[in-house]
Amino acid sequence: MRIVHTDVLVIGGGLAGLRVGIAARRRGHEVTILSLVPPKRSHSAAAQGGMQASLANVIQGHGDNEDVHFGDTVRGSDWGADQDVVRMFTHTAPKAVRELAAWGVPWSRVRRGDREAVINGEHVTLTERDEAHGLIAQRNFGGTKKWRTCYVSDGTGHAMLYAVSDQVIASRIPVHERTEALSLIHDGGRCHGAIARDLITGELVAYVAKATVVASGGAGRLYRVTTNAVINEGIGHAIALETGVAALGNMEAVQFHPTGIFPAGILVTEGCRGDGGLLRDGDGHRFMPDYEPEKKELASRDVVSRRMEEHILAGKGARSRFGEHLWLDITLLGQHHIEHNLREVKEICQYFLGIDPVKDWIPVRPAQHYSMGGIRTWPSGESRSLSGLFAAGEAACWDLHGFNRLGGNSVAETVVAGMIVGESVADYCDRHELDVSTGLVRDFWQREQARLRQLIDGGGSEDAQALKLRMQAIMTEKVGIFRDAAPLAAAVEELQGLIRRSRNIGLRSSAPGANPELVVAYRVQRMLKLAQCVAYGALMRTESRGAHFRADYPRRDDAQWLKRTLASWRNDDDTLPTLSYEDLDVLRMELPPGWRGYGARNQIEHPDTAVRQRQVDALRAACGEGGRAALQDALLPFRQQLPPRYRGPNERIDEPLP
Amino acid sequence: MNDAAADMPAETQPPRRLRISVLRYNPAEPERAPRLQTYELEEADGMTLFIALNEIREIQDPSLQFDFVCRAGICGSCAMVINGRPGLACRTLTTQLPTKIALAPLPVFELIGDLSVNTGKWMRAMSERVETWVHAQETAQGADLDRAEARMEPEQAEAIYELDRCIECGCCVAACGTARMREDFVGAVAINKLARFRLDPRDLRDDGDFYELIGDDDGVFGCMTLLGCDDVCPKDLPLMTQLAYMRRKMAAAGWRGADGAAATPD
Repeated sequence: MRIVHTDVLVIGGGLAGLRVGIAARRRGHEVTILSLVPPKRSHSAAAQGGMQASLANVIQGHGDNEDVHFGDTVRGSDWGADQDVVRMFTHTAPKAVRELAAWGVPWSRVRRGDREAVINGEHVTLTERDEAHGLIAQRNFGGTKKWRTCYVSDGTGHAMLYAVSDQVIASRIPVHERTEALSLIHDGGRCHGAIARDLITGELVAYVAKATVVASGGAGRLYRVTTNAVINEGIGHAIALETGVAALGNMEAVQFHPTGIFPAGILVTEGCRGDGGLLRDGDGHRFMPDYEPEKKELASRDVVSRRMEEHILAGKGARSRFGEHLWLDITLLGQHHIEHNLREVKEICQYFLGIDPVKDWIPVRPAQHYSMGGIRTWPSGESRSLSGLFAAGEAACWDLHGFNRLGGNSVAETVVAGMIVGESVADYCDRHELDVSTGLVRDFWQREQARLRQLIDGGGSEDAQALKLRMQAIMTEKVGIFRDAAPLAAAVEELQGLIRRSRNIGLRSSAPGANPELVVAYRVQRMLKLAQCVAYGALMRTESRGAHFRADYPRRDDAQWLKRTLASWRNDDDTLPTLSYEDLDVLRMELPPGWRGYGARNQIEHPDTAVRQRQVDALRAACGEGGRAALQDALLPFRQQLPPRYRGPNERIDEPLP
Repeated sequence: MNDAAADMPAETQPPRRLRISVLRYNPAEPERAPRLQTYELEEADGMTLFIALNEIREIQDPSLQFDFVCRAGICGSCAMVINGRPGLACRTLTTQLPTKIALAPLPVFELIGDLSVNTGKWMRAMSERVETWVHAQETAQGADLDRAEARMEPEQAEAIYELDRCIECGCCVAACGTARMREDFVGAVAINKLARFRLDPRDLRDDGDFYELIGDDDGVFGCMTLLGCDDVCPKDLPLMTQLAYMRRKMAAAGWRGADGAAATPD
């Protein structure tokens, strides 16, 4: 058994994991990063449109600040988010974007004077201020009151990932590429690292660490139609779940992006609509204003996706040999704009559809895109039930997004979480020593070895690939955008059957080395458990909130359901997770529950909402017009939860620092 | 306006039979010699090599090794030699190819198995060697993150991004005559990166510093100007221009004495 010792073990080489690693390394800790793929190939690279940070440089962002970003994010979450975390996030996001600028990200910049833009289908002239010239530009995204999304053409994630990955190389942090964590080593109270598999040689290696960070991204591949990369199978979530100690939060909260290209599901950015693109139906009619007169195409993603599917169900879809879809029309933006600001979109259209979006409409339909749920943590990023285990980014549920994430908030979250969680990981390593017996490490190593042996020569008869395809079909058909008791119950029952069958998987091949068939087999065993957390959580949540829509319970029910679902997997023999619930404290909310400004307006009030609203109104009145910082501090003090280095105010054109 | 690909009329032709030959070798099984293995499958609508190879692995041969991540042409994982030419498999539609398709792993890079090569290891070594990060003034706390960002001209940001779009897929290295002969050649990927950092006002390195990194035959002077790199770059990076430009700048730096032979006072 080979053992690698390190202070901090980071599982996942995307933006969140890399940024955590940099933070811990700068604090003097030894860091080792495990990544399924070379880090620059992580799915972070696929974030196209941009990251939200309230810099307020462009004229359409004038007046933006942390408060506005906070309100947009909480409303977007349908009040499912942890408001302390939203505050920490919106406060740190401008610092993150500026740090990335210093690291070389070529953010698109403001040019002074007049420029043409498209807003609500109309060509307009915007005049940028002289004092904004050369500062980082922002574009419009859905569910936001201001233009807040900082961008690098439409290759934002790529540029960010390369800059951060190059900082990792500059910091001499080793990345063990093509290495997959298969289980977390723990003693029921503390996590001590992971057992990982070398995806080139097949060797199992024990990584022993003071602190272990799961930053493995999303789980889109639980679904058949997803924008996610093929590596986004949720194995990081699953190994936390398999500890039986760490819990997953809100796994039923799954986002569907309105504009996956049809039928491949490849993403085209929300920036298409943010920059003025329109959604059209089979008749060429722009239908979103009929449903959402205020925000139209730029309501939040959950709302737009639902409206699109509703419109298709009403018989208004365009028909093709692959089925029904709608159209995304960006032709009105013009060739120059598309070739400069939407060039990846143009490439994708050209290569995968054989069309030119300067002239042609793009066939789109909603596709699974993002997991709001994840490993439940404190705002520090540490698991609330397993010491020494941290999570950051999409794999985590510290809970920035609640039941719906705003576009541009995830790639921002990766780096912000990396900054904040990285500091708390370093704090943890300052306070803790390695404290693990080699016997425990060996037990975990042997258990994983035995699980693999069982798959390779246990004589099983089930086909892993078939189980996976069935799971993906169930999730897309029964646990999708519209949910209902009967199909959900059927999904849960069928997944139980698949979980049982997955214990009897056999392989057809026995090639030494990586053995791709073995990889599918051990992953599908874990993915099924995760899929069941999504399906069962969705069945039990008898309300509609954000992206979780129940046709049989169409109202948001704050009275019963203003709570987070916690899923844990107690025994290996179980076929269902054990669910419990964690109440959100309305009396601590800076923004008490209300209407989002788009979507349905039919929520059932929580009894504390009116009480809290009166308190908030009184505090606002007492504070008057002066000092938004003082008011904010009275409403929800959060700064002490941030690392000291990130507590300072953010400079803006209209809020200069002395 | 809206008669896009998805609205094409129903197929009248029967689907084509594709014959995909893969150059196979698993270093973990050295006793089995490298060999060509041919798989037959029926072409489907919108089929890419991503779809075709996965279908082969799922149905015909679970041991076949290849790499895909984003399957959208942006991550650079799936570069391979497709009918003799390096390219991204995920965005290659089979309709653009004849029915006989030959696939081989990228040369130059360490072979992991079949079509999978270790571009990641090569690229990390390249990054360490030519230091592909912004060399800014070092401060204890890094930049002051509370303050507004330093300004940059919009055109300058766009020019940097133009070169920053490299996805490290390895096609340029695989298509490079020099890289095939000279094991330590840095490749167009590295030279383009240094051109990118040279453009970036945040990077304080000067031509003398860059000369130290690529001012020799394993660097920009090793290039034979065959320009296979420029032909195959899937992101259409202006590699030919950057190579010529960097060679001229490095020649000037050498002439000025950046190699220490005749240092000038500035």
